[in-house]
Amino acid sequence: MLRLCILLFKRETRLLFRRPMELANPLVFFALVISLFPLAIGPESRLLATIAPGVVWVAALLAVLLSLDGLFRSDYEDGSLEQWVLAPQPLSLLVLIKVLAHWLCSGLALVLLSPLLGLMLGLPERTLGVLLLSLLLGTPVLSLLGAVGAALTVGLKRGGLLLALLILPLYIPVLILGSGALQASLQGLPTAGYLWWLASLMVLAVSLAPLAIAAGLKISVAE
Amino acid sequence: MNWTWFHKWGSPKWFYEMSGAWLRALAWAAAVLLLLGTVWGLAIAPQDYQQGNSFRIIYIHVPAAFLAQSCYLMLAVAGVIGLVWKMKLADVALQCAAPIGASMTFIALLTGAVWGKPTWGTWWVWDARLTSMLILLFLYFGVIALSQAISNRDSAAKACAVLSIVGVINLPIIKYSVEWWNTLHQPATFKITEKPAMPMEMWLPLLVMVLGFYCFFAAVLLMRMRLEVLKRESRTRWVRAEVEGRA
Repeated sequence: MLRLCILLFKRETRLLFRRPMELANPLVFFALVISLFPLAIGPESRLLATIAPGVVWVAALLAVLLSLDGLFRSDYEDGSLEQWVLAPQPLSLLVLIKVLAHWLCSGLALVLLSPLLGLMLGLPERTLGVLLLSLLLGTPVLSLLGAVGAALTVGLKRGGLLLALLILPLYIPVLILGSGALQASLQGLPTAGYLWWLASLMVLAVSLAPLAIAAGLKISVAE
Repeated sequence: MNWTWFHKWGSPKWFYEMSGAWLRALAWAAAVLLLLGTVWGLAIAPQDYQQGNSFRIIYIHVPAAFLAQSCYLMLAVAGVIGLVWKMKLADVALQCAAPIGASMTFIALLTGAVWGKPTWGTWWVWDARLTSMLILLFLYFGVIALSQAISNRDSAAKACAVLSIVGVINLPIIKYSVEWWNTLHQPATFKITEKPAMPMEMWLPLLVMVLGFYCFFAAVLLMRMRLEVLKRESRTRWVRAEVEGRA
């Protein structure tokens, strides 16, 4: 079982790195959305720093969502998804590995990029640790929840907008807690409570979301 | 334990035959209760000492909000029944109930806004309850959009079932996080005036209206389900006999 997981993980990462541009696109999108805000609101740095927590988190949310649109598509089209469903190993474990690989390649890069963009928005340096930590805890939840939507819409021709409609309402708790942590840290308040809540959401998502993803994939494959 | 009562629900024909009588009873109950509640609430119940007559909109607002929430719960229950026991009627119920739930949520939001204008002086505030109601509306839209997008009927039902179960698990998390967000971000500029313990003569018509709304919901749901069952089973003999017999 463990060997299979490692093999699967290797396969997924290899496939992802074969097309580096697709990995870079969400990052570019993330940076682009964030740089649109100063252009729209004006370059005044005090105002920018106050809205920065929300801006960074909304941009991260959208970037993760967009990167997930094609998560299962190629596997669906070449038939390997059907093999996964038929495999003796539990499908929920396989999808968990897949989402983990995807998160390590795209979500983690986004987390690492965020302090730079935070600095550009005028966030003080002492808040960058909380920014990193909150995104580190929050983006796996976003990936897992988004994968539920991706699994349900994989068979559809134009799933992108529908995916956003299905999943964005479910992202709201993560958004509130993540940007709340950053805002608290900006005001010099303790942030541990927010981060613990984010961590517990992550545990909940890791344990329950794979089951929903597997159920969604079974439905989409059966169609 | 005898499970025949449960297995009967697997038969669309049995459901169609039985639901005709239920529908009649429910429709009458809804009409009587709604009429009674409206007249009682709008004309007979006393005025509120602070809000005057504008409080009377709760006789529509509160039942609609009740229904909006319990309807989503119903979607998830129907989803579980559909996924576990593969019961087609549960699929039908899920897809027929979602638009009703969405419209109830919309009515609750709209009447809330109409009431908020004279009372709070604004149509909309980012209050925790309002916001979670708005999110509930988006969740309904998601279920409706998904059921429309998938052309295969059975997969659409299953996908909606999974989505509504995921939504129901998320709903408490959303609710509490929104409440937390509000209390931390926004000092209480507006506060829903602490409801004075409602006197009996205001509370009874509200109860009547809530019951009336539930009967109305059940009646509309049955009507939609009956139509959907007829459409789905249109090739069978009993549906042909039914339709031609009526014509």
